[in-house]
Amino acid sequence: MIFSPAIRMNVKKRLLDGARMNRAIRRMAIEVVERNRGLDDLMIVGIRSRGVPIGERMAKEIEEMEGQPVSFGILDITLYRDDLTLVAPQPVVKPTKLPEPIDDKVIVLVDDVLYTGRTVRSALDALIDFGRPKRVMLAVLVDRGHRELPIHADVIGKTVPTDADEVIKVKLVETDGEDEVLIMEK
Amino acid sequence: MRTAGSALRSKDLLGTEHLTPEEITLILDTAEGFKEVSERPVKKVPALRGQLVINLFMEASTRTRVSFEIAEKRLSADTLNFSASGSAVEKGETLIDTAENLVAMHPNMIVIRHKHPGSPQMLADRFENISIINAGDGAHEHPTQALLDAFTIRERLGRLHGVNVSIIGDIKYSRVVRSNIHLLTKMKARVTLASPPTLMPAEVEQMGVRVVHSLDEAIEGADVIMMLRIQLERQGKLSFPSLREYYNTFGLTRERVRRAKEGVLVMHPGPMNRGVEIASDVADDPNVSVILDQVTNGVAVRMAVLYLLGGAHGGAGE
Repeated sequence: MIFSPAIRMNVKKRLLDGARMNRAIRRMAIEVVERNRGLDDLMIVGIRSRGVPIGERMAKEIEEMEGQPVSFGILDITLYRDDLTLVAPQPVVKPTKLPEPIDDKVIVLVDDVLYTGRTVRSALDALIDFGRPKRVMLAVLVDRGHRELPIHADVIGKTVPTDADEVIKVKLVETDGEDEVLIMEK
Repeated sequence: MRTAGSALRSKDLLGTEHLTPEEITLILDTAEGFKEVSERPVKKVPALRGQLVINLFMEASTRTRVSFEIAEKRLSADTLNFSASGSAVEKGETLIDTAENLVAMHPNMIVIRHKHPGSPQMLADRFENISIINAGDGAHEHPTQALLDAFTIRERLGRLHGVNVSIIGDIKYSRVVRSNIHLLTKMKARVTLASPPTLMPAEVEQMGVRVVHSLDEAIEGADVIMMLRIQLERQGKLSFPSLREYYNTFGLTRERVRRAKEGVLVMHPGPMNRGVEIASDVADDPNVSVILDQVTNGVAVRMAVLYLLGGAHGGAGE
Protein backbone atom coordinates (compact mmCIF):
# COMPACT_ATOMS: atom_id res chain seq x y z
CA MET A 1 0.00 0.00 0.00
CA ILE A 2 1.25 3.47 -0.86
CA PHE A 3 0.33 6.19 1.57
CA SER A 4 0.67 9.80 0.66
CA PRO A 5 2.58 11.57 3.41
CA ALA A 6 0.42 14.63 2.75
CA ILE A 7 -2.60 13.02 4.43
CA ARG A 8 -2.46 13.57 8.18
CA MET A 9 -3.41 10.52 10.18
CA ASN A 10 -4.26 10.40 13.87
CA VAL A 11 -3.52 7.47 16.13
CA LYS A 12 -6.83 5.95 17.16
CA LYS A 13 -5.53 3.03 19.17
CA ARG A 14 -2.33 1.19 19.96
CA LEU A 15 -3.04 -2.40 19.03
CA LEU A 16 0.22 -4.06 20.10
CA ASP A 17 3.25 -2.87 22.00
CA GLY A 18 6.71 -4.43 21.72
CA ALA A 19 6.18 -7.16 24.33
CA ARG A 20 2.80 -8.22 22.96
CA MET A 21 4.13 -8.19 19.41
CA ASN A 22 6.96 -10.52 20.42
CA ARG A 23 4.50 -12.88 22.07
CA ALA A 24 2.31 -12.86 18.97
CA ILE A 25 5.27 -13.66 16.71
CA ARG A 26 6.40 -16.45 19.07
CA ARG A 27 2.91 -17.94 19.01
CA MET A 28 2.85 -17.72 15.19
CA ALA A 29 6.16 -19.61 15.12
CA ILE A 30 4.77 -22.32 17.43
CA GLU A 31 1.69 -22.72 15.21
CA VAL A 32 3.88 -23.12 12.12
CA VAL A 33 5.88 -25.87 13.84
CA GLU A 34 2.72 -27.61 15.09
CA ARG A 35 1.19 -27.65 11.64
CA ASN A 36 4.23 -29.24 10.02
CA ARG A 37 6.13 -32.47 10.58
CA GLY A 38 9.76 -31.48 10.96
CA LEU A 39 11.64 -28.57 9.54
CA ASP A 40 13.42 -30.31 6.67
CA ASP A 41 11.05 -29.27 3.91
CA LEU A 42 9.96 -26.00 5.55
CA MET A 43 10.93 -22.56 4.26
CA ILE A 44 9.88 -19.24 5.80
CA VAL A 45 9.57 -16.58 3.10
CA GLY A 46 9.14 -12.93 4.12
CA ILE A 47 7.35 -10.59 1.71
CA ARG A 48 9.19 -7.27 1.30
CA SER A 49 9.31 -5.06 3.14
CA ARG A 50 7.88 -5.66 6.64
CA GLY A 51 7.23 -9.35 6.11
CA VAL A 52 11.00 -9.81 6.08
CA PRO A 53 11.84 -8.89 9.71
CA ILE A 54 8.70 -10.64 10.98
CA GLY A 55 9.66 -13.78 9.03
CA GLU A 56 13.24 -13.56 10.33
CA ARG A 57 11.98 -13.36 13.90
CA MET A 58 9.71 -16.37 13.35
CA ALA A 59 12.62 -18.32 11.87
CA LYS A 60 14.73 -17.42 14.92
CA GLU A 61 11.98 -18.53 17.32
CA ILE A 62 11.63 -21.81 15.45
CA GLU A 63 15.36 -22.40 15.59
CA GLU A 64 15.39 -21.77 19.35
CA MET A 65 12.42 -24.08 19.89
CA GLU A 66 13.56 -26.94 17.69
CA GLY A 67 17.32 -26.60 18.00
CA GLN A 68 17.84 -26.60 14.27
CA PRO A 69 17.85 -23.77 11.74
CA VAL A 70 14.95 -23.31 9.32
CA SER A 71 15.40 -22.16 5.75
CA PHE A 72 14.56 -18.45 5.20
CA GLY A 73 13.98 -16.47 2.00
CA ILE A 74 12.89 -13.02 0.84
CA LEU A 75 10.29 -12.35 -1.83
CA ASP A 76 9.96 -9.04 -3.71
CA ILE A 77 6.52 -8.84 -5.29
CA THR A 78 6.79 -5.39 -6.90
CA LEU A 79 6.85 -6.67 -10.48
CA TYR A 80 3.77 -8.81 -9.90
CA ARG A 81 1.51 -6.08 -8.52
CA ASP A 82 -1.83 -5.70 -10.28
CA ASP A 83 -1.70 -1.92 -9.96
CA LEU A 84 1.67 -1.29 -11.61
CA THR A 85 0.05 0.62 -14.45
CA LEU A 86 -1.93 2.73 -11.96
CA VAL A 87 0.69 3.87 -9.48
CA ALA A 88 3.28 6.52 -10.19
CA PRO A 89 6.13 6.63 -9.48
CA GLN A 90 7.12 3.04 -10.05
CA PRO A 91 7.73 1.23 -6.77
CA VAL A 92 11.36 0.39 -6.00
CA VAL A 93 12.41 -3.09 -7.13
CA LYS A 94 14.69 -5.18 -4.92
CA PRO A 95 16.02 -8.70 -5.42
CA THR A 96 14.19 -11.84 -4.38
CA LYS A 97 16.48 -14.14 -2.39
CA LEU A 98 15.50 -17.76 -1.98
CA PRO A 99 18.24 -19.92 -0.39
CA GLU A 100 17.35 -23.12 -2.26
CA PRO A 101 14.87 -24.45 -4.84
CA ILE A 102 11.30 -24.31 -3.57
CA ASP A 103 10.11 -27.47 -5.36
CA ASP A 104 8.33 -29.82 -2.91
CA LYS A 105 8.90 -27.43 0.00
CA VAL A 106 6.27 -26.21 2.44
CA ILE A 107 6.45 -22.44 2.07
CA VAL A 108 5.25 -20.15 4.85
CA LEU A 109 4.64 -16.73 3.33
CA VAL A 110 4.92 -13.99 5.96
CA ASP A 111 3.51 -10.47 5.77
CA ASP A 112 2.68 -7.76 8.27
CA VAL A 113 -0.96 -6.96 7.42
CA LEU A 114 -3.55 -8.97 5.51
CA TYR A 115 -6.09 -6.58 3.98
CA THR A 116 -7.42 -6.87 0.41
CA GLY A 117 -5.39 -10.01 -0.35
CA ARG A 118 -3.86 -8.49 -3.46
CA THR A 119 -0.32 -8.56 -2.09
CA VAL A 120 -0.69 -12.27 -1.33
CA ARG A 121 -2.07 -12.90 -4.82
CA SER A 122 1.05 -11.21 -6.23
CA ALA A 123 3.28 -13.20 -3.88
CA LEU A 124 1.73 -16.49 -5.01
CA ASP A 125 2.34 -15.60 -8.66
CA ALA A 126 5.93 -14.59 -7.89
CA LEU A 127 6.55 -17.78 -5.91
CA ILE A 128 5.18 -20.08 -8.61
CA ASP A 129 7.73 -18.66 -11.07
CA PHE A 130 10.45 -20.17 -8.88
CA GLY A 131 9.06 -23.69 -8.80
CA ARG A 132 6.28 -25.89 -7.50
CA PRO A 133 6.03 -25.92 -3.71
CA LYS A 134 4.28 -28.84 -2.00
CA ARG A 135 2.12 -26.44 -0.01
CA VAL A 136 1.96 -22.70 0.64
CA MET A 137 0.81 -21.35 4.00
CA LEU A 138 0.19 -17.73 4.90
CA ALA A 139 1.20 -16.16 8.22
CA VAL A 140 0.34 -12.52 9.03
CA LEU A 141 0.87 -10.39 12.10
CA VAL A 142 -2.45 -8.57 11.68
CA ASP A 143 -5.59 -9.62 9.79
CA ARG A 144 -7.80 -6.58 9.37
CA GLY A 145 -10.50 -7.97 7.07
CA HIS A 146 -11.93 -6.35 3.91
CA ARG A 147 -10.72 -9.01 1.49
CA GLU A 148 -11.15 -8.38 -2.25
CA LEU A 149 -9.91 -11.83 -3.27
CA PRO A 150 -10.64 -15.34 -1.96
CA ILE A 151 -7.54 -15.52 0.25
CA HIS A 152 -7.20 -16.38 3.94
CA ALA A 153 -4.36 -16.63 6.45
CA ASP A 154 -3.41 -19.92 8.13
CA VAL A 155 -1.54 -18.33 11.03
CA ILE A 156 -2.62 -14.97 12.46
CA GLY A 157 -0.94 -12.85 15.14
CA LYS A 158 -3.99 -10.72 15.82
CA THR A 159 -7.38 -10.35 14.15
CA VAL A 160 -8.77 -6.80 14.19
CA PRO A 161 -12.08 -5.67 12.73
CA THR A 162 -11.47 -2.32 11.04
CA ASP A 163 -13.27 0.32 9.03
CA ALA A 164 -12.14 0.82 5.44
CA ASP A 165 -10.95 4.38 6.15
CA GLU A 166 -8.66 3.24 8.95
CA VAL A 167 -5.02 2.36 8.40
CA ILE A 168 -3.01 -0.26 10.26
CA LYS A 169 0.55 0.92 10.84
CA VAL A 170 3.03 -1.80 11.74
CA LYS A 171 6.33 -0.50 13.08
CA LEU A 172 9.31 -2.79 13.58
CA VAL A 173 12.66 -2.15 15.23
CA GLU A 174 14.45 -3.28 12.06
CA THR A 175 12.65 -0.85 9.75
CA ASP A 176 11.14 1.85 11.97
CA GLY A 177 13.23 1.88 15.14
CA GLU A 178 10.49 0.54 17.45
CA ASP A 179 7.97 -2.28 17.75
CA GLU A 180 4.28 -1.37 17.77
CA VAL A 181 1.06 -1.71 15.80
CA LEU A 182 -1.25 1.29 15.57
CA ILE A 183 -4.72 1.90 14.17
CA MET A 184 -4.75 5.28 12.48
CA GLU A 185 -7.66 7.27 11.11
CA LYS A 186 -7.94 10.24 8.82
CA MET B 1 3.78 13.72 -7.66
CA ARG B 2 7.18 12.29 -8.32
CA THR B 3 9.83 12.84 -5.73
CA ALA B 4 13.58 12.85 -6.21
CA GLY B 5 15.16 9.50 -5.57
CA SER B 6 12.13 7.38 -6.37
CA ALA B 7 11.38 8.26 -10.00
CA LEU B 8 12.82 9.66 -13.18
CA ARG B 9 11.74 13.20 -13.99
CA SER B 10 11.51 12.74 -17.74
CA LYS B 11 9.30 10.38 -19.75
CA ASP B 12 12.33 9.69 -21.97
CA LEU B 13 15.94 8.60 -21.65
CA LEU B 14 17.76 10.64 -24.27
CA GLY B 15 21.18 10.86 -22.66
CA THR B 16 23.08 10.88 -19.39
CA GLU B 17 23.74 14.62 -19.70
CA HIS B 18 20.46 15.59 -18.08
CA LEU B 19 20.23 12.84 -15.46
CA THR B 20 20.80 13.82 -11.83
CA PRO B 21 23.08 11.74 -9.55
CA GLU B 22 19.91 10.63 -7.71
CA GLU B 23 18.33 9.41 -10.95
CA ILE B 24 21.50 7.55 -11.91
CA THR B 25 21.60 5.88 -8.49
CA LEU B 26 17.93 4.96 -8.80
CA ILE B 27 18.51 3.27 -12.17
CA LEU B 28 21.56 1.37 -10.89
CA ASP B 29 19.78 0.27 -7.68
CA THR B 30 16.75 -0.85 -9.68
CA ALA B 31 19.01 -2.79 -12.04
CA GLU B 32 20.35 -4.74 -9.06
CA GLY B 33 16.83 -5.96 -8.42
CA PHE B 34 16.48 -6.98 -12.05
CA LYS B 35 19.77 -8.82 -12.28
CA GLU B 36 18.31 -11.55 -10.13
CA VAL B 37 15.39 -12.06 -12.57
CA SER B 38 17.80 -13.24 -15.29
CA GLU B 39 19.11 -15.95 -12.96
CA ARG B 40 15.71 -17.49 -12.19
CA PRO B 41 14.35 -20.70 -13.74
CA VAL B 42 11.48 -18.63 -15.20
CA LYS B 43 13.25 -15.54 -16.52
CA LYS B 44 10.18 -13.40 -16.87
CA VAL B 45 8.14 -11.05 -14.71
CA PRO B 46 4.78 -9.49 -15.63
CA ALA B 47 5.75 -5.84 -14.98
CA LEU B 48 5.18 -4.50 -18.52
CA ARG B 49 2.43 -6.88 -19.56
CA GLY B 50 0.29 -5.38 -22.31
CA GLN B 51 2.79 -2.68 -23.18
CA LEU B 52 4.16 -2.43 -26.71
CA VAL B 53 7.79 -1.50 -27.21
CA ILE B 54 9.09 -0.78 -30.70
CA ASN B 55 12.80 -1.19 -31.37
CA LEU B 56 13.52 1.22 -34.19
CA PHE B 57 17.05 0.43 -35.29
CA MET B 58 18.10 2.52 -38.28
CA GLU B 59 21.75 1.62 -37.84
CA ALA B 60 23.49 -1.75 -37.46
CA SER B 61 23.53 -3.25 -33.97
CA THR B 62 23.81 -6.69 -32.44
CA ARG B 63 24.48 -6.30 -28.73
CA THR B 64 22.27 -3.32 -28.00
CA ARG B 65 19.30 -4.50 -30.05
CA VAL B 66 19.44 -8.03 -28.66
CA SER B 67 19.95 -6.72 -25.14
CA PHE B 68 16.93 -4.40 -25.34
CA GLU B 69 14.81 -7.15 -26.86
CA ILE B 70 15.73 -9.61 -24.10
CA ALA B 71 15.08 -6.94 -21.46
CA GLU B 72 11.65 -6.19 -22.95
CA LYS B 73 10.72 -9.87 -23.16
CA ARG B 74 11.83 -10.53 -19.56
CA LEU B 75 9.42 -7.75 -18.51
CA SER B 76 6.59 -9.34 -20.55
CA ALA B 77 6.29 -6.37 -22.93
CA ASP B 78 5.26 -7.04 -26.52
CA THR B 79 8.14 -6.17 -28.78
CA LEU B 80 8.40 -5.25 -32.41
CA ASN B 81 11.69 -4.89 -34.21
CA PHE B 82 11.94 -2.43 -37.01
CA SER B 83 15.07 -1.95 -39.03
CA ALA B 84 15.83 0.30 -41.95
CA SER B 85 16.68 -2.46 -44.38
CA GLY B 86 13.68 -4.16 -45.91
CA SER B 87 11.33 -1.34 -44.81
CA ALA B 88 9.75 1.70 -46.45
CA VAL B 89 12.85 3.63 -45.36
CA GLU B 90 14.51 2.10 -48.41
CA LYS B 91 11.77 3.68 -50.50
CA GLY B 92 12.69 7.10 -49.11
CA GLU B 93 10.36 7.45 -46.14
CA THR B 94 11.58 10.03 -43.62
CA LEU B 95 12.19 9.21 -39.97
CA ILE B 96 9.26 11.39 -38.90
CA ASP B 97 6.88 9.65 -41.29
CA THR B 98 8.11 6.23 -40.23
CA ALA B 99 7.67 7.19 -36.57
CA GLU B 100 4.22 8.76 -37.15
CA ASN B 101 3.05 5.53 -38.72
CA LEU B 102 4.43 3.40 -35.92
CA VAL B 103 2.93 5.71 -33.29
CA ALA B 104 -0.47 5.40 -34.96
CA MET B 105 -0.36 1.78 -33.78
CA HIS B 106 -0.13 2.87 -30.12
CA PRO B 107 3.21 1.74 -28.79
CA ASN B 108 4.10 2.71 -25.21
CA MET B 109 7.81 3.10 -25.80
CA ILE B 110 10.19 3.44 -28.73
CA VAL B 111 13.83 2.44 -28.49
CA ILE B 112 15.68 4.23 -31.26
CA ARG B 113 19.13 4.00 -32.78
CA HIS B 114 19.90 6.43 -35.57
CA LYS B 115 23.02 7.82 -37.21
CA HIS B 116 21.86 11.41 -36.77
CA PRO B 117 22.49 13.02 -33.37
CA GLY B 118 19.30 14.42 -31.87
CA SER B 119 16.84 12.12 -33.64
CA PRO B 120 15.63 10.60 -30.32
CA GLN B 121 15.10 14.15 -29.00
CA MET B 122 13.07 14.99 -32.09
CA LEU B 123 10.75 12.01 -31.49
CA ALA B 124 10.53 12.76 -27.76
CA ASP B 125 9.39 16.33 -28.45
CA ARG B 126 6.90 15.24 -31.06
CA PHE B 127 5.22 12.37 -29.19
CA GLU B 128 4.14 13.52 -25.77
CA ASN B 129 2.63 10.24 -24.64
CA ILE B 130 5.40 7.91 -25.71
CA SER B 131 8.64 7.21 -23.90
CA ILE B 132 11.66 7.44 -26.18
CA ILE B 133 14.85 5.60 -25.24
CA ASN B 134 18.04 6.55 -27.03
CA ALA B 135 19.98 3.44 -28.06
CA GLY B 136 22.71 5.50 -29.73
CA ASP B 137 22.40 8.62 -31.89
CA GLY B 138 25.41 9.30 -34.08
CA ALA B 139 28.38 10.50 -32.04
CA HIS B 140 26.07 12.12 -29.46
CA GLU B 141 24.96 9.75 -26.66
CA HIS B 142 24.39 6.10 -25.80
CA PRO B 143 23.02 6.38 -22.26
CA THR B 144 22.25 2.73 -21.52
CA GLN B 145 25.84 1.79 -22.39
CA ALA B 146 27.18 4.32 -19.88
CA LEU B 147 24.69 3.10 -17.28
CA LEU B 148 25.71 -0.53 -17.73
CA ASP B 149 29.39 0.47 -17.56
CA ALA B 150 28.71 2.31 -14.29
CA PHE B 151 26.72 -0.65 -12.97
CA THR B 152 29.63 -2.99 -13.75
CA ILE B 153 32.16 -0.69 -12.06
CA ARG B 154 29.96 -0.26 -8.99
CA GLU B 155 29.31 -4.00 -8.81
CA ARG B 156 33.05 -4.81 -8.91
CA LEU B 157 34.52 -1.91 -6.91
CA GLY B 158 31.57 -1.11 -4.67
CA ARG B 159 31.45 2.57 -5.60
CA LEU B 160 31.80 5.17 -8.35
CA HIS B 161 32.90 8.08 -6.18
CA GLY B 162 36.66 8.61 -6.50
CA VAL B 163 37.22 5.72 -8.93
CA ASN B 164 39.88 6.45 -11.56
CA VAL B 165 38.50 5.60 -14.98
CA SER B 166 40.74 5.89 -18.02
CA ILE B 167 39.04 5.88 -21.39
CA ILE B 168 41.32 5.16 -24.30
CA GLY B 169 40.84 5.28 -28.04
CA ASP B 170 38.48 6.88 -30.50
CA ILE B 171 37.22 9.69 -28.26
CA LYS B 172 36.15 11.98 -31.07
CA TYR B 173 33.63 9.71 -32.78
CA SER B 174 32.36 7.93 -29.68
CA ARG B 175 28.89 8.42 -28.25
CA VAL B 176 29.80 5.90 -25.56
CA VAL B 177 32.53 8.16 -24.24
CA ARG B 178 30.29 11.23 -24.19
CA SER B 179 27.62 9.43 -22.17
CA ASN B 180 30.27 7.98 -19.89
CA ILE B 181 31.93 11.35 -19.21
CA HIS B 182 28.61 12.94 -18.27
CA LEU B 183 27.66 10.06 -16.02
CA LEU B 184 31.02 9.40 -14.37
CA THR B 185 31.78 13.05 -13.60
CA LYS B 186 28.31 13.49 -12.06
CA MET B 187 29.02 10.49 -9.84
CA LYS B 188 32.39 12.03 -8.83
CA ALA B 189 34.57 9.46 -10.56
CA ARG B 190 37.84 10.78 -12.00
CA VAL B 191 37.98 10.44 -15.77
CA THR B 192 41.16 10.41 -17.85
CA LEU B 193 41.11 10.33 -21.65
CA ALA B 194 43.89 9.20 -23.97
CA SER B 195 43.99 8.98 -27.75
CA PRO B 196 46.06 10.06 -30.73
CA PRO B 197 45.69 13.87 -31.10
CA THR B 198 43.66 13.40 -34.28
CA LEU B 199 41.00 11.45 -32.35
CA MET B 200 40.78 13.87 -29.40
CA PRO B 201 38.08 16.55 -29.67
CA ALA B 202 39.13 20.15 -28.95
CA GLU B 203 38.55 21.58 -25.46
CA VAL B 204 37.26 18.28 -24.10
CA GLU B 205 38.82 19.22 -20.72
CA GLN B 206 35.85 21.55 -20.20
CA MET B 207 33.77 18.46 -19.51
CA GLY B 208 35.78 17.97 -16.31
CA VAL B 209 38.19 15.31 -17.50
CA ARG B 210 41.97 14.96 -17.64
CA VAL B 211 43.62 14.48 -21.03
CA VAL B 212 46.90 12.59 -21.44
CA HIS B 213 48.71 11.66 -24.61
CA SER B 214 50.00 8.17 -24.04
CA LEU B 215 48.50 4.88 -23.05
CA ASP B 216 51.05 4.40 -20.26
CA GLU B 217 50.12 7.70 -18.63
CA ALA B 218 46.46 6.75 -18.83
CA ILE B 219 47.02 3.32 -17.30
CA GLU B 220 49.05 4.58 -14.37
CA GLY B 221 46.85 4.64 -11.27
CA ALA B 222 43.70 3.63 -13.16
CA ASP B 223 41.12 1.46 -11.40
CA VAL B 224 39.27 0.94 -14.67
CA ILE B 225 40.67 0.87 -18.21
CA MET B 226 37.91 1.37 -20.75
CA MET B 227 39.01 0.66 -24.32
CA LEU B 228 36.99 2.09 -27.18
CA ARG B 229 36.51 0.61 -30.58
CA ILE B 230 38.20 2.33 -33.49
CA GLN B 231 35.11 3.19 -35.53
CA LEU B 232 36.41 2.71 -39.02
CA GLU B 233 32.93 3.32 -40.43
CA ARG B 234 32.62 6.81 -38.93
CA GLN B 235 36.00 8.07 -40.03
CA GLY B 236 36.17 8.84 -43.72
CA LYS B 237 39.77 7.76 -43.69
CA LEU B 238 42.11 6.65 -40.95
CA SER B 239 43.12 9.32 -38.44
CA PHE B 240 46.45 7.58 -37.87
CA PRO B 241 49.02 6.02 -40.19
CA SER B 242 48.01 2.36 -39.85
CA LEU B 243 46.11 -0.08 -37.66
CA ARG B 244 49.41 -1.75 -36.80
CA GLU B 245 50.85 1.53 -35.62
CA TYR B 246 47.71 2.23 -33.59
CA TYR B 247 48.03 -1.15 -31.89
CA ASN B 248 51.68 -0.50 -31.09
CA THR B 249 50.93 2.90 -29.56
CA PHE B 250 47.44 2.62 -28.08
CA GLY B 251 46.63 -1.09 -28.10
CA LEU B 252 46.07 -2.67 -24.69
CA THR B 253 48.56 -5.53 -24.48
CA ARG B 254 49.31 -8.01 -21.71
CA GLU B 255 52.60 -6.21 -21.04
CA ARG B 256 50.80 -2.90 -20.51
CA VAL B 257 48.15 -4.41 -18.24
CA ARG B 258 50.97 -5.84 -16.13
CA ARG B 259 52.12 -2.30 -15.40
CA ALA B 260 48.64 -1.28 -14.23
CA LYS B 261 47.32 -1.28 -10.70
CA GLU B 262 46.59 -4.60 -9.00
CA GLY B 263 42.92 -5.51 -9.53
CA VAL B 264 42.42 -3.19 -12.50
CA LEU B 265 39.24 -3.77 -14.54
CA VAL B 266 39.42 -3.86 -18.34
CA MET B 267 36.22 -2.87 -20.10
CA HIS B 268 35.13 -2.56 -23.72
CA PRO B 269 31.69 -1.62 -25.01
CA GLY B 270 32.03 -3.96 -28.00
CA PRO B 271 32.26 -4.91 -30.73
CA MET B 272 35.99 -5.39 -30.27
CA ASN B 273 38.63 -5.03 -32.95
CA ARG B 274 41.00 -7.67 -31.62
CA GLY B 275 44.59 -6.74 -32.36
CA VAL B 276 43.68 -3.09 -32.97
CA GLU B 277 42.66 -1.51 -29.66
CA ILE B 278 42.93 -4.61 -27.48
CA ALA B 279 44.98 -7.81 -27.51
CA SER B 280 43.04 -11.08 -27.48
CA ASP B 281 44.80 -12.43 -24.40
CA VAL B 282 43.74 -9.34 -22.43
CA ALA B 283 40.16 -9.36 -23.66
CA ASP B 284 39.82 -13.05 -22.77
CA ASP B 285 41.58 -12.93 -19.39
CA PRO B 286 38.91 -13.47 -16.71
CA ASN B 287 41.19 -11.95 -14.07
CA VAL B 288 41.06 -8.47 -15.59
CA SER B 289 38.42 -8.42 -18.32
CA VAL B 290 34.80 -7.70 -17.34
CA ILE B 291 33.69 -7.35 -20.96
CA LEU B 292 31.15 -10.16 -20.79
CA ASP B 293 29.89 -8.95 -17.39
CA GLN B 294 29.09 -5.70 -19.17
CA VAL B 295 26.92 -7.63 -21.62
CA THR B 296 25.12 -9.52 -18.83
CA ASN B 297 24.59 -6.32 -16.86
CA GLY B 298 23.30 -4.55 -19.96
CA VAL B 299 20.09 -6.58 -19.83
CA ALA B 300 19.48 -5.74 -16.14
CA VAL B 301 20.17 -2.04 -16.69
CA ARG B 302 17.86 -1.88 -19.71
CA MET B 303 15.14 -3.69 -17.76
CA ALA B 304 15.50 -1.04 -15.06
CA VAL B 305 15.20 1.80 -17.58
CA LEU B 306 12.18 0.24 -19.31
CA TYR B 307 10.53 -0.43 -15.95
CA LEU B 308 11.14 3.07 -14.59
CA LEU B 309 9.88 4.74 -17.78
CA GLY B 310 7.02 2.31 -18.22
CA GLY B 311 4.09 1.68 -15.94
CA ALA B 312 1.89 4.58 -14.99
CA HIS B 313 3.48 7.16 -17.25
CA GLY B 314 4.26 4.75 -20.03
CA GLY B 315 2.22 6.47 -22.68
CA ALA B 316 -0.88 5.37 -24.54
CA GLY B 317 -2.79 4.33 -21.45
CA GLU B 318 -2.26 7.57 -19.59
